[in-house]
Amino acid sequence: MANKIYPNAEAALAGVIADGITVMSGGFGLSGNPETLIAALKASGVRNLTVISNNCGADGFGLWALLDTGQITKMISSYVGENKLFEQLFLDGKLELELDPQGTLAERIRAGGAGIPAFYTKTGVGTVVAEGKPHETFDGEIYIRETWLKADLAIIKAWKADTAGNLIYRKTARNFNPVMATAGRVTIAEVEQIVEAGELDADAIHTPGVYVDRIILSTVNEKLIEKRTVRPRAAQETS
Amino acid sequence: MPWTREQMAARAARELHDGFYVNLGVGIPTLVANYIPDGIEVTLQSENGMLGMGPFPFEGDEDPDLINAGKQTITQLPNTSFFSSADSFAMIRGGHIDLTFLGAMEVAQNGDIANWTIPGKLLKGMGGAMDLVAGVKRVVVLMEHANKAGVSKIVRQCTLPLTGRACVDLVVTDLCVFDLDRHNGGLTLIEMAPGVTLDEIRAKTAADFKP
Repeated sequence: MANKIYPNAEAALAGVIADGITVMSGGFGLSGNPETLIAALKASGVRNLTVISNNCGADGFGLWALLDTGQITKMISSYVGENKLFEQLFLDGKLELELDPQGTLAERIRAGGAGIPAFYTKTGVGTVVAEGKPHETFDGEIYIRETWLKADLAIIKAWKADTAGNLIYRKTARNFNPVMATAGRVTIAEVEQIVEAGELDADAIHTPGVYVDRIILSTVNEKLIEKRTVRPRAAQETS
Repeated sequence: MPWTREQMAARAARELHDGFYVNLGVGIPTLVANYIPDGIEVTLQSENGMLGMGPFPFEGDEDPDLINAGKQTITQLPNTSFFSSADSFAMIRGGHIDLTFLGAMEVAQNGDIANWTIPGKLLKGMGGAMDLVAGVKRVVVLMEHANKAGVSKIVRQCTLPLTGRACVDLVVTDLCVFDLDRHNGGLTLIEMAPGVTLDEIRAKTAADFKP
């Protein structure tokens, strides 16, 4: 059986990256991003990338680094939000951007991984999202057709992997990672722990190993918080 | 006296019913969680992949892997489940969520809503808002009555790119509450903040409504 464990991000990316490829990158905000692989993509100097990711990091973090170096030509995302560089590059006409509703983006990726070329949804009907797309009526309501999304490379972040490529995610760091794992021609997972096959509970696997081609251990392990919100400790005693 | 953001959230929270599954948008809607009426249990959905969202963590307990759709650190509860973005939006688009509270830049009297971009000036992206207005059973908007320039955000027809057509059911502003008939169109004023007059609402609302 092929060995899926690679010694580092550079080795895992070897042979699969080239200028002009389409890359899916998991994560929502700063949670569940493949930070080690993003840093390696930056270091590789690969250019003219189309990147599919819900957002594009935050000022100074995550995929933001690839916007900053000009390695991304086009983004397919649902949210720009507080990422000033992302917003400015688009408003200045320096970045091509396709904005999809978040559910449509997730479903397009799911469809790509499941071999379903198109599906219908009510999301976006009557908005710019629907422009140029086929409309059809089902049970008296109008729906628009959306098509699948696939990528040359999917880079994802999971909590644990076993040597067979089975993955388990942690809490809301799961987000887009499981669907993106299915839609990459090559999928590389970076994880916090790698264990022998058989050590994970087979009933608790989120992503079956068939979807995962290469695995590395994360070396960027500092997890960032975009908006730290807390309750004061005093409230704990009274509650 | 117009309502404060907290008072708006408290008013909006009266729309909740026991057993509801509810999605809270970013901004004022997030505050609704603080005003869930006694005796009512609701389950909060966060579209980044969580059902059963708990309060903010105590200082020192923050977990970077546990955030809500506004990227704020939160906590889990005994009934919490986590799932992928695709599963999360299947839940939303499949009509399984009872109510969503959203912010807006404009709401029109026919129920149209705009809340994701001002062309050439501001680009937030729609995030999950287009999915929420298309799939959630009841859509409640919480927003200031006027924008920073003092212009009414309740309008006859939206001028900004839409998030959804004819999809809003109720609007809570700092001045009043409008019921909105999304099927036949039309705003009805159902409540005013204390001390706010009908004349003031008429003067500050750029839409037709039934008093």
